Amino acid sequence: MSEAPASRRQAILGNTYRAVRTILVNPAALAGLLIVVVLVLAAVFAPWLAMGQTPLRPDLANRLAAPSSLHWFGTDELGRDIYARTLFGARVTLTIVALVSVVVVPIGLAVGTVAGYFGGWIDTVLMRITDIFLAFPKLILALAFAAALGPGIENAVIAIALTAWPAYARIARSETMTIARSDFIQATVLQGASTWRILFRHIVPLCLSSVIVRLTLDMAGIILTAAGLGFLGLGAQPPTAEWGAMVSAGRDVILDQWWVATIPGLAIFIVSLGFNLLGDGLRDVFDPKST
Amino acid sequence: MITVEDLRVTFNVGNRQIHAVQGISFDVAAGETFGIVGESGSGKSTVLKAIAGLVQSTSTALEVNGRAAAQRRSRADRRMMQFVFQDPYASLHPRQTVDDILREPLSIHGVGSKDEKVEAAMADVGLQAIHRFRYPHQLSGGQRQRVAIARALILQPPVLLMDEPTSALDVSIQAEILNLLARLRRSYSLTSILVSHDLAVVVHLCDRVAIMQSGRLVEIVTADALQGGTATAEYTRKLVAASRGFQRSNA
Repeated sequence: MSEAPASRRQAILGNTYRAVRTILVNPAALAGLLIVVVLVLAAVFAPWLAMGQTPLRPDLANRLAAPSSLHWFGTDELGRDIYARTLFGARVTLTIVALVSVVVVPIGLAVGTVAGYFGGWIDTVLMRITDIFLAFPKLILALAFAAALGPGIENAVIAIALTAWPAYARIARSETMTIARSDFIQATVLQGASTWRILFRHIVPLCLSSVIVRLTLDMAGIILTAAGLGFLGLGAQPPTAEWGAMVSAGRDVILDQWWVATIPGLAIFIVSLGFNLLGDGLRDVFDPKST
Repeated sequence: MITVEDLRVTFNVGNRQIHAVQGISFDVAAGETFGIVGESGSGKSTVLKAIAGLVQSTSTALEVNGRAAAQRRSRADRRMMQFVFQDPYASLHPRQTVDDILREPLSIHGVGSKDEKVEAAMADVGLQAIHRFRYPHQLSGGQRQRVAIARALILQPPVLLMDEPTSALDVSIQAEILNLLARLRRSYSLTSILVSHDLAVVVHLCDRVAIMQSGRLVEIVTADALQGGTATAEYTRKLVAASRGFQRSNA
């Protein structure tokens, strides 16, 4: 790394290094990053980390067993190993989080930047649509969608995405409105850039950082909504291991067999916390003056 | 080279109409540097933005390089005319390196051998190779304005519009940038319009100067006449006197 990089590649590497360093020197952000990394590793290597247990095989002779050396986190009401189910639940959670992000970020950015850049009646129409979606209580709307479309992970994703995008459109619009008036966008107009080039190459990259920060902070909410849908039986369907559904299943026995509901609940809590901490750290990384 | 006839700009602010420019006409010959001076709010920057097509305007004729400058400009129209903004802190994209900023006009117009052109443009405005992959916030105000000038000139436009290019800079840097502009104007044989409130800057760079007051043209004088105090209009003489600052003998 050098203060005067000689090539484009070296400059990119140097800036990446500085961004990574900004996260690593911040203990909270580092903790968040570690939690998210562990979550990803747990999801990817779940079959190997499960120690010979499987998430779906019932063992009725051994139901509601307390944590032991064989079943680290005990077993649930059908004798399934909770440790293995929690690991495999990370897959479901990550899938939901990834799919929601992939849907929500492009829609929010597109609606927000177009509304903010063009203004006028385009802005009015797009923002009134956004207002309509914002006016619904999030969980209720997700519930209605999940109920109407039928329960399942895909429909839970659609339901969450439909309720989550307006916030991103709002952020992108307000950022775009400030950026669009600035001299550097005017300069690009004067260079002869097309409107789409200005939107995608000059405005979207500037909106992206606040959208990503918002997304990581929203991850906790997305995970909780997914768990809530699972808890109510509208998310992932049995026998899929899903944290919200697992908490729901443990509700009946929460006083006598606390581990059934507590372990997946802890997983939801820790992962939500991890994404929140990471989001705070990313905010520092994306501040252009900090690197 | 540039013909402006009866240029008018009106802004609608709420229910009010603000007539920022009320019928301005002038011609700029090829290779000439034309100055526009006036106090704040006299409409001088608006004239420049209207010529650049950044604000809506009406005129009986607005021609640049023999072509009518319409309200909607094609990419080729844009290439003929580039703009240097007042504030070098606001006119550079905060997330793009100097390299990105200078490559952008080249890739918009599909110009080849970008690396050589970027290097040449940077050398031309006195930037060193170490600045190439820096972000604007890692550069000083003078260096940023050099980047903005390099960006404006990298397509080698025949016309350069400058809106107070030095007023956001330290006094010591102002002279450097002015000398740079004077040199580039010769080497690129630019036709340019310079807007400034600073008479010294205008006299230093321009051949002829238009004096504006509340959206109207007071007069057009040569830089020598302005400097020598032989301007005819009363307002011009007041402006010159004001720019000389406080003098004990007047008190």
